[in-house]
Amino acid sequence: MNDMSPNKIEREAKLEGMGCKRKRVEDARFTQGKGNFVDDIKLPGMLHGDFVRSPYAHARIKSINIKKAMKVPGVLAVLTSTELKGVNLAWMPTLAGDVQMVLADGKVLFQNQEVAFVVATDRYAAADGCEAVEVDYEALPVLVDPFKSMDKDAPELRDDLKGKMTGAHGPRKHYNHIFEWQVGDKEMTDMAFKKADVTIKELISYHRTHPSPLETCQSVASFDKIKGELTVWGTFQAPHVIRTVASLISTIPEHKIHVISPDVGGGFGNKVGAYPGYICSIVASIVTGKPVKWVEDRIENLTSTSFARDYHMTCEIAATKEGKVQALRVHVLADHGAFDACADPSKWPAGFFNIVTGSYDFPTAHCAVDGVYTNKAPGGVAYRCSFRVTEAAYCIERGMDILAQKLKMDPAELRLKNFIKREQFPYQSALGWEYDSGDYHTAMKQGMERIDYAGLRAEQKKRQADFKAGKTRDIMGVGVSFFTEIVGAGPSKNCDILGIAMFDSCEIRVHPTGSALARVGTKSTGQGHETTWAQIIATEMGIPSADIMIEEGNTDTAPYGLGTYGSRSTPVAGAAIAMAARKIKAKAQMIAAWLLEVHEGDLVFDIDGFRVKGLPEKFKSMKEIAWAAYHQVPPGMEPGLEAVSYYDPPNMTYPFGAYFCVMDINVDTGVYTIRRFYALDDCGTRINPMIIEGQVHGGLTEAFAIAMGQEIRYDAGGNCLTGSFMDFFIPTAVETPHWETDHTVTPSPHHPIGAKGVGESPNVGGVPAFSNAVNDAFGFLGSTHIQMPHDYWRNWEAAKTLGLVK
Amino acid sequence: MSKVHVKYKVNGQDVEGLCEPRTLLVHFLRENLMLTGTHIGCETSHCGACTVDLNGKSVKSCTVLAVQASGGDVLTAEGMTNADGTMSALQEGFRQMHGLQCGYCTPGMIVRAHRLLQENPNPSEEEIRFGIAGNLCRCTGYQNIVKSIQYAAMKLRGEEFKEAAQ
Repeated sequence: MNDMSPNKIEREAKLEGMGCKRKRVEDARFTQGKGNFVDDIKLPGMLHGDFVRSPYAHARIKSINIKKAMKVPGVLAVLTSTELKGVNLAWMPTLAGDVQMVLADGKVLFQNQEVAFVVATDRYAAADGCEAVEVDYEALPVLVDPFKSMDKDAPELRDDLKGKMTGAHGPRKHYNHIFEWQVGDKEMTDMAFKKADVTIKELISYHRTHPSPLETCQSVASFDKIKGELTVWGTFQAPHVIRTVASLISTIPEHKIHVISPDVGGGFGNKVGAYPGYICSIVASIVTGKPVKWVEDRIENLTSTSFARDYHMTCEIAATKEGKVQALRVHVLADHGAFDACADPSKWPAGFFNIVTGSYDFPTAHCAVDGVYTNKAPGGVAYRCSFRVTEAAYCIERGMDILAQKLKMDPAELRLKNFIKREQFPYQSALGWEYDSGDYHTAMKQGMERIDYAGLRAEQKKRQADFKAGKTRDIMGVGVSFFTEIVGAGPSKNCDILGIAMFDSCEIRVHPTGSALARVGTKSTGQGHETTWAQIIATEMGIPSADIMIEEGNTDTAPYGLGTYGSRSTPVAGAAIAMAARKIKAKAQMIAAWLLEVHEGDLVFDIDGFRVKGLPEKFKSMKEIAWAAYHQVPPGMEPGLEAVSYYDPPNMTYPFGAYFCVMDINVDTGVYTIRRFYALDDCGTRINPMIIEGQVHGGLTEAFAIAMGQEIRYDAGGNCLTGSFMDFFIPTAVETPHWETDHTVTPSPHHPIGAKGVGESPNVGGVPAFSNAVNDAFGFLGSTHIQMPHDYWRNWEAAKTLGLVK
Repeated sequence: MSKVHVKYKVNGQDVEGLCEPRTLLVHFLRENLMLTGTHIGCETSHCGACTVDLNGKSVKSCTVLAVQASGGDVLTAEGMTNADGTMSALQEGFRQMHGLQCGYCTPGMIVRAHRLLQENPNPSEEEIRFGIAGNLCRCTGYQNIVKSIQYAAMKLRGEEFKEAAQ
């Protein structure tokens, strides 16, 4: 390249670095049916495991008889809690500091709970075996309503906690109480409410739902008795954590456990935790001496592994009559189901719910969360959001709309009046966070202009008049949502999982011919890391993306990382990648100086190599430097060109955005039409705009589903009513609206490349935009708050309640 | 359980084998023929990850018995690549238009889109959305899948791809 180097634009284009819409590396295999997912793994002699599950939500197990099952052709073993007790694995720890039954021990606490694990030669024989296991249950009173969980006469759910009035997060007030978590200044907040001109108070529920990635949770375990080594392939968003957990709860040393996440078909928080299926496949492999596969079916997925939300939030805002917010007070009743299997950093039983002050400059606030047990599936995972951030955003964004309605103010105007100003960053929130950067007014105003907000409000006014005059039966809503996320968990000072700090990592090796291999502690479940991670390295150290191979998911080869969830990959691992690349660049500079016979301070980095300042023809490309690193290093320098970085972020990142939804609802049928949806996202530096837009489309579609119909529902007997895709709403291409995307760029000041993360923003900001649109449509008819999800039936119910239909 | 003999033409090749009468076509393809490109997402025929082409029609292979399909002509994701090994117009469309993320729905989606374009070489956006309504995607929000199919349709018609005005 040297003196004849082509022009800068061509050289930069060749790198395909940060900011370009690089096409994805992953697509060649996925479009040709050549992905490698867990269920695609087939090992010699492999067996299949399947669960016997409880038909009851709450029952005592009187007996389990496996004799008939053992006679079923193909069945080789049946595990129950008795067998698991022999290896001390009848119960397992959850990420939230609770314990969870692996197989029912004495009683069952939710419908479809795992009772026995049948191991057979193929999946059909395993299912036959399950049919033949006889379980004798004694039904017990069922607790479904979280508001009744702490009643005096509520059924006591957890025998194992009898008499223990302290849990992992402090004192318990009742036998079905898990924790109380408080943050903020109660006294100041109460005082502000006493003095306030205007206050609002509303119970805002965020219903139970489920991440349901298209690929369910699955694992293949293979224990080698001779070597004493265990290999587990699984749908793991955090494979290293799974390895450590497996070692801690078994007697197998960690270096003899190999955990591999192959291609994973979507995660959305569903694949962070450890599930009974993983444990049972491991134990079954140890017992039988053969590899054992466990594949969850969709009904099992929806009813047993990791629900999300189920937060019942009483939101109060105090404000002046001019609409300046003065205090926020929130109480949350959190329904955790039978076991607290929330996937939060250890010290955060309610996740980062204290981001609930949102984008607004609240002088004071107080928030309390009570977690309770019910006879429902365990979990509380972050479904496409950072920990409990979507709940918080929904709470404050509904709250601000309700306040606007009370003040007879426009909801956008109220937000503009209360936003944290650009010059206030870094901003210390009343509930303890330090927001890194933001420019909310610019984003909001850009959004309002692009969507013609004033025009929409004028149209709505006319529509309301027409409706009142009997000229139309369609009402119109404009949903406004301005969210601030908190992602990138997280700094070791306050974030850990089972005691392991939530850093992330990257190891880069540059080969002699100038191509490279980078291994990262995260695990893509569709985010396209094989594409985008290479773009960061390309820009940082001048090797084309196409010459960089990215590997993730194999705990034997990848450096230790905490995995992919909570939009943490770019904020944490993205930083580790840049830092590792900079270490290599620093060494490359020393080698280049030696080759060019100048002092390294006389060199500047120029796209794909180093140039001598003032002597542009004196240039060494990274390709030349890589070759030299293996045969011509300066005296005293170790050969080779590689680096490792473990990055402990100094702070979280705070992406934000302005979303608008325009909706029409027919009051006679409840049928809604999403006319427009506009999403402006600010995720700081943009690594690959094509992938960002794709993520925003996907997140908005999930937000649309949640707000407009997707729900995990139970009847009074604890029977799950939404256990298949027939009943659980997943939008098809027909219902899904058209998405309009936009952006501003406010880089994070503390992140090496200024990136903040984006995958979950659209879910966090999208849900309130839809819900606010529905509530905005009905608001002029006298309603304050209509609970989600807003399906046709509930819209019709709302119209009926308001006396609009007979 | 006694086994029965089944035979098919799969992706142009004659194959045969033994399976239980209750074996689902998707399991026969995945387990016996090792054609793991066809995925399972729900086992209740809602999600379409298991979509294959059977005798010129899209079917959900999780709700077709292997014996039912015996004698049939089956096309799976693995058979979508051009005969010379290059990417088909649809495969290229999905890559160019970012029509996939986790890749789990993609094989079923492409097999379905293949049949859709055979039936209607010039579909409108509405026709594409309706045509793929039996295939669920959790990642993309469909907008780029629609574009991917439009890209392929135009390429197959010999036109240059232009994004429709928004």
